[in-house]
Amino acid sequence: MVLKEILDLFLIFARIGGLTFGGGYAMLPMLQQEMVEKRKWATEEELMDYYAIGQCTPGIIAVNTATFIGHKIKGIVGGIFATLGVVFPSLVIISIISAFIINFATLPVVINAFAGIRVCVCVLVINAVVKLYKSAVVDKLTLVLFLAVGLLMLLTPVSPILLVLLSGAAGLGIQLIKAKGAKK
Amino acid sequence: MALLESLAMLFYEFFKIGLFAIGGGLATLPFLNELQVRHDWFTPDDITNMLAISESTPGPLGVNMATYVGFKNCGIIGGVVATLGLIAPSIIIIIIIARFLRKFQDNPYVRYAFYGLRPASAGLIAAAALDIGKVVVFSGTVSFASASAFFGALDLKGILFGVLLLVLTNIKKLKKIHPVFFIAFAAVIGIVFRFGGV
Repeated sequence: MVLKEILDLFLIFARIGGLTFGGGYAMLPMLQQEMVEKRKWATEEELMDYYAIGQCTPGIIAVNTATFIGHKIKGIVGGIFATLGVVFPSLVIISIISAFIINFATLPVVINAFAGIRVCVCVLVINAVVKLYKSAVVDKLTLVLFLAVGLLMLLTPVSPILLVLLSGAAGLGIQLIKAKGAKK
Repeated sequence: MALLESLAMLFYEFFKIGLFAIGGGLATLPFLNELQVRHDWFTPDDITNMLAISESTPGPLGVNMATYVGFKNCGIIGGVVATLGLIAPSIIIIIIIARFLRKFQDNPYVRYAFYGLRPASAGLIAAAALDIGKVVVFSGTVSFASASAFFGALDLKGILFGVLLLVLTNIKKLKKIHPVFFIAFAAVIGIVFRFGGV
């Protein structure tokens, strides 16, 4: 019985993973329908909490949310299998596409198509950065952090891991000083 | 033995990305750029190609890129191992957090740290975007030797098309259109106008 439930978890998340184009946020309406309305595995509020935490913990939001829901329903094993389910379709699809790319990458039509696509990808990333910027840069200090991290990444060979660690520490430091100032 | 070593290396590198890429979506992008510089596993073009594929297929960029890089270097097993490496830190961290969910969310120290992490994540991704932009704006190597060399390297076709797309994707009525259609459109334009130069 337990086995069947775990298999169910895997299959449901595999379906969600296979049908959501565009990653994390595209998954939300599907999760609301499957998890909240149909199966009552989680409430709307819980789902929102999972998203908020998924966004501010390392890792991919879709993966984090799957782990949360799986864990809630069937403990650690549930968390693991829900997560494996959500990435399974990508794994299959991309393996097939990879074999295709590696074999056909030298065809002129493929080269030209990807050169055109590259322009589009660049534009899509710019649009995403603008959105991110608006939600992350809320005052002068966050603007300074944004610029400092961006420039260091562009102009020096510094590791992004180090920049993430330092920025977290900087955020903590700045806010602690602010909190202290407010108390006085 | 060599295969086992490569698999361990794949797992380790993608585990690190899974551990430090915060914010989902494009958050893995700067780390992939950095990984590309350190290892010969894939080319910068592979990253933009995979970005396009990730927008057009289900699944997040990080997972797709892990699968692709693993597959390219060690076949199907490589794709599986790299992807497991990427998601392993999330599974561990989320299972720990799930045990004290509310406390984590309401913890002021966590909030304070994210005040700094969010703009850093945006900055990292902006830098990665500029790296991609460089490939679009210039064909071949960028030269600052003289004005004519600099302007000669500009890829006018690419720039023009980029500006057009930037306008199109930001028109309110067109915003609901799925990115996959813009990507397909770009592929057609690329083939018709020979963007690859072949």
